[in-house]
Amino acid sequence: MRRPASTQIGGDARIAAVWNQLAGVMDPELDESIVDLGFVEDIAIGADGRVDVAFRLPTYWCSPNFAFLMADDIGRAVRELPWAREVHPRLEDHMFSQEVNRGTHLGLSFAETFRDLEVSDTLESLRETFLRKAFQRRQEAVILGLRRAGWSDAALVTTDLATLDRAVITDPEGLRQKPRYREILLARGLAARPSDLAFVTLDGAAIPADGLALHLRGLRAIRINMEANGALCRGLLDARYDEGPRAAAAMPSGHACGSAGASIGCCGSCALHAGGAVPAARDAGTPLSL
Amino acid sequence: MFRTPDGEEIFIIDGHTHFWDGSPENQANIHGKQFIDCFYAYHTALSPKDQLWSKEQFEKYSADKMHHDLFVDGPDDMAIVQSTYLSEFYKNGFNTIERNLDMAKAYPDRYIVNGAFDPRDGEKAIEYIHFMKENYNIKGVKLYTAEWKGDSRGWKLTDPSAYRCLELCQKLGITNVHVHKGPTIIPLDKDAFDVHDVDHAATDFQGLNFIIEHCGLPRLDDFCWIAVQETNVYGGLAVALPFIHSRPRYFAEVISELLFWVGEDKILFGSDYAIWTPRWLVEKFWNFEIPEDIKQEHGVDLTREAKRKILGLNAARLYNVDVEAQKARLKDASLAVAAE
Repeated sequence: MRRPASTQIGGDARIAAVWNQLAGVMDPELDESIVDLGFVEDIAIGADGRVDVAFRLPTYWCSPNFAFLMADDIGRAVRELPWAREVHPRLEDHMFSQEVNRGTHLGLSFAETFRDLEVSDTLESLRETFLRKAFQRRQEAVILGLRRAGWSDAALVTTDLATLDRAVITDPEGLRQKPRYREILLARGLAARPSDLAFVTLDGAAIPADGLALHLRGLRAIRINMEANGALCRGLLDARYDEGPRAAAAMPSGHACGSAGASIGCCGSCALHAGGAVPAARDAGTPLSL
Repeated sequence: MFRTPDGEEIFIIDGHTHFWDGSPENQANIHGKQFIDCFYAYHTALSPKDQLWSKEQFEKYSADKMHHDLFVDGPDDMAIVQSTYLSEFYKNGFNTIERNLDMAKAYPDRYIVNGAFDPRDGEKAIEYIHFMKENYNIKGVKLYTAEWKGDSRGWKLTDPSAYRCLELCQKLGITNVHVHKGPTIIPLDKDAFDVHDVDHAATDFQGLNFIIEHCGLPRLDDFCWIAVQETNVYGGLAVALPFIHSRPRYFAEVISELLFWVGEDKILFGSDYAIWTPRWLVEKFWNFEIPEDIKQEHGVDLTREAKRKILGLNAARLYNVDVEAQKARLKDASLAVAAE
């Protein structure tokens, strides 16, 4: 988890409370907290109770609709704090920074914010697409956690909510996702009473025991995609805002050809380029692309 | 040519390479700067430390350097060069077909240069496809649906204007359509990386092969479903493959999913040069084995035969490359160079 030193030090309880609220804001596409992902760059609290939250995304090109959702969710989450007077989310270094910041500042809807672009209405169907994926990813983690704890497919497909609540999962991902799965299961109205089935399809249908393996295969593709995207986003964010390669460490010494070191005949052009490929020296701490 | 530790010669076709100019001199605006910066972030995020380039080198490199990195230091036998115009971001374009052909002319046995078109050009796009076929005899095109043009912030393969272009490609035998799904901003309330238009186009153009670069990432799951249903949909491994270094288990899971859904006959190696260089990718890929637990769970294996197909034979099939004849031709050419 990445937290800028400027807001971490000082022990301000209000700052901590803002971080806590932000931890509950998700990247809708990754179903991960924007704090865990390192998107939140800075928090500032004014004497009048005004809260500024600066956030940035892995690339300049990240989907503006998701950026808008995150800005909107940041505003909502922080406004839940009773002392917060005004909340200003601020998206930085993005192709639509200006539009998103203006829209959230004025309390405009998505459609009002982007009236110049082609927007039919709201983001609800987009949000729904990714909530479905989040549901599936969380469900898979819990089912796999229970399988690892020795549960049979027959037991899993007949498990009710009360049984799920009592179930013990030790697998870390299953443990992490269990409360999140329960939350989204109830939020989507797929279970309500303790006797309701705990594992159902997106449409609320029961899963036959001999169909669970196939069901899980579908879920697995979603999880692998989200994990790969999460890893990519973290890597791109680090590359975008952290230090770049240094001259000393950037290139292999000698021939770029490596093993063909002595053979000038085969790699004349290597000798030609080895010098040209060495990066110019860069001062420590210079950001790559700001 | 890649020689395996036990002496087998593997024929390599690098299915996705570029010869770009992203230098500040060529950038038309902030978007041009941000575009190459984003590429550089991919490069630094997923490359091994000893393979990192300086920013300046990355922004613009010479034809000699590209040849060296792919064929001298690198194991490629042939490379498919993709054209991407980005005329709104770069004064002379990012890598136009003319720039690519000029780079490739010294090595006609090595490079296959693909064209590109923008269906929003209307009649001009149709004329341009004819022009590229007649003058350059292109076998494929690279389509970048996220390209900006005037007020437009992207297009879809299912747009009527795109269908007209695809009809013409099919008629002229420009059979390989490489599709890159960048963030398409319009309509803004939809998924910016949606790949479902590929599904419709693939169904309607059975005479074309659709190679989805990056295997649809960040929509790998949707891509897998589409590739299962459409026999003419392929996956390009660029972006997914570099995980082999930084996150080998993720890579194992991704390649296992692809092998299960898409199959070893429909996956193509691509370095995405100059974002990554092929030598370390091919070496690591050849030596890679899917961990036993993932192999069991997915019920697939990355066999030697699968690796041969992915590294070259699949692309050879799509581009009508006679591998044995091509090997002989390249051997003759290198002997001729050595004799000089």
